[in-house]
Amino acid sequence: MMILFELFITFFKIGLFTFGGGYAMLPLMREEVLAHNWAVESELINFIAVSESTPGPFAINMATYIGTEQAGVIGAFFATLGVVLPSFIIILIVAKCYEKFQSSKIVNGCMTGLKPCVVGLIGAAVVSIAGTVLFAGEFSKKALISAFSELNIYISLAIFAVMAVLAFKKVHPILIICMSAVAGIVVGYGFDLKV
Amino acid sequence: MTKKEKLKRMLTLFITFLKIGGFTFGGGYAMIPLIQKEVVENKKWVTDDDILEIIAIAESTPGPIAINSATFIGHRTCGFFGSFFATLGVVLPSFIIITIIAYLLQGFADIAAVKYAFFGIRAGVLALLLKSFWGMFKKCPKNVIAYSIVALAFIASILSLNTLIIIVSAAVLGLVSSFVVAKKEGEVK
Repeated sequence: MMILFELFITFFKIGLFTFGGGYAMLPLMREEVLAHNWAVESELINFIAVSESTPGPFAINMATYIGTEQAGVIGAFFATLGVVLPSFIIILIVAKCYEKFQSSKIVNGCMTGLKPCVVGLIGAAVVSIAGTVLFAGEFSKKALISAFSELNIYISLAIFAVMAVLAFKKVHPILIICMSAVAGIVVGYGFDLKV
Repeated sequence: MTKKEKLKRMLTLFITFLKIGGFTFGGGYAMIPLIQKEVVENKKWVTDDDILEIIAIAESTPGPIAINSATFIGHRTCGFFGSFFATLGVVLPSFIIITIIAYLLQGFADIAAVKYAFFGIRAGVLALLLKSFWGMFKKCPKNVIAYSIVALAFIASILSLNTLIIIVSAAVLGLVSSFVVAKKEGEVK
């Protein structure tokens, strides 16, 4: 029972405080999921790939996934309900007084701060995720503790570099994920890597 | 609208958004063209102006864009129950697909080939995230205040300050700065 309530409240909070599309939800989602020990960072990154390659918004996919992992289908239901409810309620209110909302100086003022904030937060998340992906480690205080062998680091860097070039050349995300998977399998067996 | 007509609209809303939820990858803005085609061109429930309104609203209200637009269009089409069925429709495909995948992944997670695949995939995801970050950075307003907030949020988050505190402070900072800017402009005039 307790876990259902916690899933609902946590994802409600995530739904209520995320502004903007795409990965805007990632920083808050990441912080909450890691703090609750619902997943480790590498699982979270794996799941971003799953979410990119299945239909539907990232927020719903993530809530359903974490909910299922923690408490089965009922857990998925409460987590998803939590992330959906804030938008649902707020839009119902806004739909009734759109004109007022749109010209509100307070709303527009807050947005001038929120938009750049999301960019900064995502930047920080990318740096931290880079630490996990490339070094299987975490930035702690001053030093970088790496659980990867040198070979693993070079291979991760190589796959990342190639995929980054392709991503900026606007290759479809699903294709990038497929190619990365094949590359991982080929070099994994080829070098008998420990991952 | 008669009761029967209303019921029919709700059912159509549900099925339309079920399609939208089941066939858009990447979510959010990727859904907008499909929404436009289904509810503006095919069903003619809302106009192109409404779609622009939805994008503007979705950007300044919290939550996923898919939910924001489903709720809004549902409301425009037939009130509260319209919102309810449109939102249910857009959520359901993800919910079902991901529940199945979550159970499958638990069974396959320990296979060597799957581990190697995800080792590669994680490097690919990092590339996708970097690109997404760059896209957002380019869209960010180009002035000193915006750049300062980007830098402050970045540093605060790297230093592990609570994300909610960072978000709320940024909103307050934005609000204060916009009033200061408005006042200065008033004085110049």
